[in-house]
Amino acid sequence: MIELKNVDKWYGTFHVLDNCTMSIAKGEVVVICGPSGSGKSTLIKCVNGLEPFQKGIITVDGVSVGARETNLPKLRSRIGMVFQNFELFPHMTAAQNIVLAQQKVLGRDQAAADTKALALLDRMGLADHAAKYPAQLSGGQQQRVAIARALAMDPIAMLFDEPTSALDPEMISEVLDVMVALAEEGMTMAVVTHEMGFAHKVANRVVFMDQGAIVEDADKDAFFGTPRSERARLFLSKILRH
Amino acid sequence: MGGFDFDVIARGAPFIWGGMLLTLELTALAVTGGLLLGIVIALLRLSPLKPVSWLAAFYVNFLRSMPLILVIFWFYTLVPKMIGSSISGFQSVLIAFVLFEAAYYSEIIRAGIASVRAGQISAAMALGLTRLQAMRYVILPQAIRNMIPVLLTQSIIMLQDTSLVYVVGLRDFLTTAEIVANRDNRPIELYTMVAVVFLVVCFSLSRLVGRLRRKYSL
Repeated sequence: MIELKNVDKWYGTFHVLDNCTMSIAKGEVVVICGPSGSGKSTLIKCVNGLEPFQKGIITVDGVSVGARETNLPKLRSRIGMVFQNFELFPHMTAAQNIVLAQQKVLGRDQAAADTKALALLDRMGLADHAAKYPAQLSGGQQQRVAIARALAMDPIAMLFDEPTSALDPEMISEVLDVMVALAEEGMTMAVVTHEMGFAHKVANRVVFMDQGAIVEDADKDAFFGTPRSERARLFLSKILRH
Repeated sequence: MGGFDFDVIARGAPFIWGGMLLTLELTALAVTGGLLLGIVIALLRLSPLKPVSWLAAFYVNFLRSMPLILVIFWFYTLVPKMIGSSISGFQSVLIAFVLFEAAYYSEIIRAGIASVRAGQISAAMALGLTRLQAMRYVILPQAIRNMIPVLLTQSIIMLQDTSLVYVVGLRDFLTTAEIVANRDNRPIELYTMVAVVFLVVCFSLSRLVGRLRRKYSL
């Protein structure tokens, strides 16, 4: 469903993405990991065109992201994205956050959008928090609202950019639980994360990046068993040591 | 001269009230016009087209380098020559204030827009909103909350600056008080009254700014 072919990106002379090729099939969960600055966040931001890229082709459900004639807002509305810093709109309540794009992008009426928002909040275990503003919610609650906001668009795939990195340790699991449930329902997901427990549990494949390049792209068991690259072995030994 | 004579203020009050109305009218019109033009200039400055952005930046930097009184003089003598017919002192002063204040307002508005985290526009666009929709529903509502206190502070300064219109012979609040002061030879009473009124008005507005800042801070 998501295909990247020989994607290159430069910031000035800095080579952020180096000939990246990968694909995610429908229903697949792919975890992207690697040291910070390796380009993993940039890579998934290229998938919905939030970051432009200079070379190569990215297609989502057959639509080319980089093509000039592509209606990017329309394409983006079909791909959910969850950010490291939640990025809820602080001047709107949790429910309003989820309603906005349903109305302005999908053209749903107020009643339908409200119903959907409340149903999703309920599913996230946040039914009591619909009328609260983001500042009144904990980090874990905010991130779950952000996930609900993305799901409200009925996306064909979800992109997660380090969804638990900004969370206090005790809130990580409440977000991961929601993501595990999504994965088990068959959602197509690309997840940038260091949560190897999550990768173990639900990932089909693990992609390891270093210095802008995809160093390893392996089935989960192969990756955690015997990573082929020295770099990935080193990385795993560091983050799995404790 | 005797003690402080409140009666002289009471007698001059109707005349001075006329001056106050002119001050308030000028402030209200200049703030409105300055804000509208300021928004346009701020958006031009944020334009991706470099020449447009440079032109707006030049306008802002040019006017912010000028003393306000020079701008007032300038338009008082220039505008009638430009349009070939005379205009009232009030109109020329209003034009000067609007153009001058717009330069300051546009900077406040630009800073307000820049104060919204970059991730907010990414999040809005990731949901499928267009750039314009993201601006309208996500960025501007936050930017306006951030800039309301500063805009009000700038408007208070503007209210004080209107006293400069005496240079083109307009009878604003301060000028009318001065006329009464000279006529009745009671400068202490009149200037004290002017100071107290400015203090009360500006202090109340500042308190309002503080309250708004607390209410709308995100």
